[in-house]
Amino acid sequence: MPEHTFRLNGEQVTVDAADDERLLWVLRDVLGVTGPKYGCGINVCKACTSHLNGKAANPCAIPVGDLEATDEVTTIEGLADTVDADLHPMQQAWLDHDVVQCGYCQPGQIMAAVALVRRVAAEGREITDDDLDGIRNICRCGTYTRIRDAIRTGAQSM
Amino acid sequence: MTNPDPPPLASGRPAPGRRRFLGYVLAAPTLVTAAELVPARAAGAAEIPSGEITELIDLNDVMTAAALPTAGLIKVEVHPDGTVSFALPRAEVGQGITTSTAMLIAEELDVPVGRVRVTLADARPELVFNQLTGASNTTISTYTPIRVAAAVARARLLRAAAAELGAAAGDLTLKAGVVTDSAGGSVGIGALAGKAAAVEPQRVAVELKDAGQFTVIGRPHSRIDALDAVTGRKKFAMDLDVPDARPTMVCRPPTINGKPGAVANLDEVRAMPGVTDVAVVSTGVAVRAQTFGQCIDAVRALRVSWKPGTAVGKSDDTVREELRRAELPMGLPPVTPSVDATFTFHFRSNSALEPNCAIADVRPDRAEVWSALKSPIVAKQAIAARLGLPPSRVTVHVTEGGGSFGRKLFFDAALEAAEISQRIGKPVKLMWHRADDSRQGRTHPMATSRVRAAYLGGTVLGYQQRHTSVATDLGHGLGELFTAMAARLPVGDIGFSQTFFHLSQSMPYDFGPHSRLLNETDKGFNTGSMRNVYSPDVVCARELVVDRLAAKMGKDPYGFRREFLRDERARAALEKVAEAGDWGRTMPEGTAQGIALHTEYHAVNAVLVEIDCRPGTVDRPIRDGVTGPRVTKAVLAVDAGLAVNPRGLEAQMMGCLMDGIAQALTSSLHLRDGHFLEASWDNYFYTRQWNTPPELQVIVMPDTSDEPGGAGELGVAASMAAVACAYGRATGTMPTSFPVNHGTLSFTPKPTVPPVPASPTDGLDHVR
Repeated sequence: MPEHTFRLNGEQVTVDAADDERLLWVLRDVLGVTGPKYGCGINVCKACTSHLNGKAANPCAIPVGDLEATDEVTTIEGLADTVDADLHPMQQAWLDHDVVQCGYCQPGQIMAAVALVRRVAAEGREITDDDLDGIRNICRCGTYTRIRDAIRTGAQSM
Repeated sequence: MTNPDPPPLASGRPAPGRRRFLGYVLAAPTLVTAAELVPARAAGAAEIPSGEITELIDLNDVMTAAALPTAGLIKVEVHPDGTVSFALPRAEVGQGITTSTAMLIAEELDVPVGRVRVTLADARPELVFNQLTGASNTTISTYTPIRVAAAVARARLLRAAAAELGAAAGDLTLKAGVVTDSAGGSVGIGALAGKAAAVEPQRVAVELKDAGQFTVIGRPHSRIDALDAVTGRKKFAMDLDVPDARPTMVCRPPTINGKPGAVANLDEVRAMPGVTDVAVVSTGVAVRAQTFGQCIDAVRALRVSWKPGTAVGKSDDTVREELRRAELPMGLPPVTPSVDATFTFHFRSNSALEPNCAIADVRPDRAEVWSALKSPIVAKQAIAARLGLPPSRVTVHVTEGGGSFGRKLFFDAALEAAEISQRIGKPVKLMWHRADDSRQGRTHPMATSRVRAAYLGGTVLGYQQRHTSVATDLGHGLGELFTAMAARLPVGDIGFSQTFFHLSQSMPYDFGPHSRLLNETDKGFNTGSMRNVYSPDVVCARELVVDRLAAKMGKDPYGFRREFLRDERARAALEKVAEAGDWGRTMPEGTAQGIALHTEYHAVNAVLVEIDCRPGTVDRPIRDGVTGPRVTKAVLAVDAGLAVNPRGLEAQMMGCLMDGIAQALTSSLHLRDGHFLEASWDNYFYTRQWNTPPELQVIVMPDTSDEPGGAGELGVAASMAAVACAYGRATGTMPTSFPVNHGTLSFTPKPTVPPVPASPTDGLDHVR
């Protein structure tokens, strides 16, 4: 099987996998990185949301062969290290607002939230209700209101 | 062990004040205490009911009473490192019971909540009925025994400290896990754990704290598992590393419950990359591989001849006709004016975000299973029977669940994983693809509800409701519970689904003689008790009729409800949302308020919402989503008797509201030609951020009881009803079919063969 090299949570990794193996299964089944969750496998529920070079990406829809050796994949497990702290401000905001119910979607929600705040900041503006309405991550427990509150709080400290 | 005398039951709850309870100290190297008593408002005392059965006894009383004889086996353990642990015989699926349980222990034991570790107990058959998580009964049935066990531990620790410090126990204080004497000496509970242990089991009496002494119960507390969840460390079944348990999926039939026939290319699929095993099993063709990606590819490659299932040729229309034929007669029309209405509620999915999944390692002489299970004892028995093993050789571990909503009362994946593991002789990590979960998973059954309310002048003379439903499968242990309790139930000789229906449906309004009956038909569907079970549909129908009655009498919907409510707690909650939500304020055309009320689980919930049904809102563009009317504001008031954790209670009400919005407006399954069209989250429109009310207020009412009610499901019914009522007032037409957008198919159905969609490859195009 071909070898693939990319950066994962700050470290270079090399895995044996078919070119078209989706990154989600490389992470979960080959590397044992289980923060990104399966919820649909077709990039609609967003439970697996992680970062590719700092932007929101869904590993269920990315063939591992599409990655370059310099591509930086960040999962929820590596998020705090990007700010060199025990918790990323968005994770802390999630705790402050007690967002979590079952928790299954929350790694993806947090990664989506961080990417949203970065994107909006790059556009030089504040988060709006429309931005929050545009988040596609499903929470079947219905924690949406607390997610909105936590994103606004987390954005203050990012 | 015997049960101490229960407290008096005569009229409702026992008298307040200090009560003595009996607990146990068990023989162990460290301090282990236990309790068995649930001082419940037990079932046996009820007389033959008149009009309102739920006032004498409700579903939760039955479940609590059923738990009585064996509850004694719940144990609190104090460890030498100063932590306290407890294996909760319930399933945590997001409802927050590990947190509330830790709070109960922290309260009575005077340790910080952070030092209490709550895990989920393996299936324990000796607990009989006391390991079923359902009907919002967990806190109701465990509130006292958990505190008793913790209080026994506290007393033992104080006694050990007295010996250690050379002081009288009465001069000691235990606070934050440290015992201090009046001379300034102190010792931590960790150092006392061994000294407080017992060599022989002992039975001891303890007093519990009065509510006035509480410093933990009733104060908002954040989830104890939140840190693990936000860091990705929280482990669900599919995250467990069980040796050699490889990814496994099943190629499933194109129609509901179809069966596999011949497979044309078994050898070809066995030779696919990563595939280790392919085997025909009772539900389809199982594939085990090195990755789930390889499983998906193999499932898609299989060419299987399928035999018909249990819903051949059926569609929404044919089921609607079946229901019509099963509807019980309403009787002759009344001579007075009346409101008559018929409502249709379509199939809904109770899929959680974590799909059906389980790990199974079956060997010739034993089996071990891991899954999020709300009825693990029944699962264990069923798995043992399927495998041909004695139950004592089957170990069932309860993992933390990624949501349930009724789904995890069943153990479909655990049973299937065990069958596959036995068949191929290897451990398996079985996961249902989302398409499997949507199309073959459990559903809330389609139902109709017919209501007739007769009135004259300002009086409602009578209320009849006839609910007709595709059968709800209760075969997950609740059935056994009811069967065993049947002799103690004042409902006569009727089946348990009817019993369930009667016990869960209340009539909060003074509507004269009233009756509500359930009739069920068609057991061909995979159904289950979706969150709040019958109540969302039954209450939605009732509250819409209440609005109609108010209109007929020329009364305001809020004023009418307030006038006819029979219960002070209900009236207080209703008044609170009307006040906080500014009921009756002037609103633009196409927008409106709606208000509704529901009582169940010894608790009360009132909901006020505002909805925007104007075209500019309904038609706003969202890719692959249903927008539709938007609930712009929601105010919920909840009286759960005694709120153990108000922050958790607020969270449950928020989730219930999102469910209610979904069921009123967007979420349903479409049945066509023996299968459901919905195959994923881009087809099944559960509430999304763009449907979420920008304004939400949850008000926890002051405690009205010294015992907690249930809350995990409570808010769905009134939320759905309030949204429906608001929709009717905004559009000028009472909705009669739910969800209101069911008539519009908002997506292109995915194929049924192969049963799962291909994994996309364009992920890099959507990085943002």
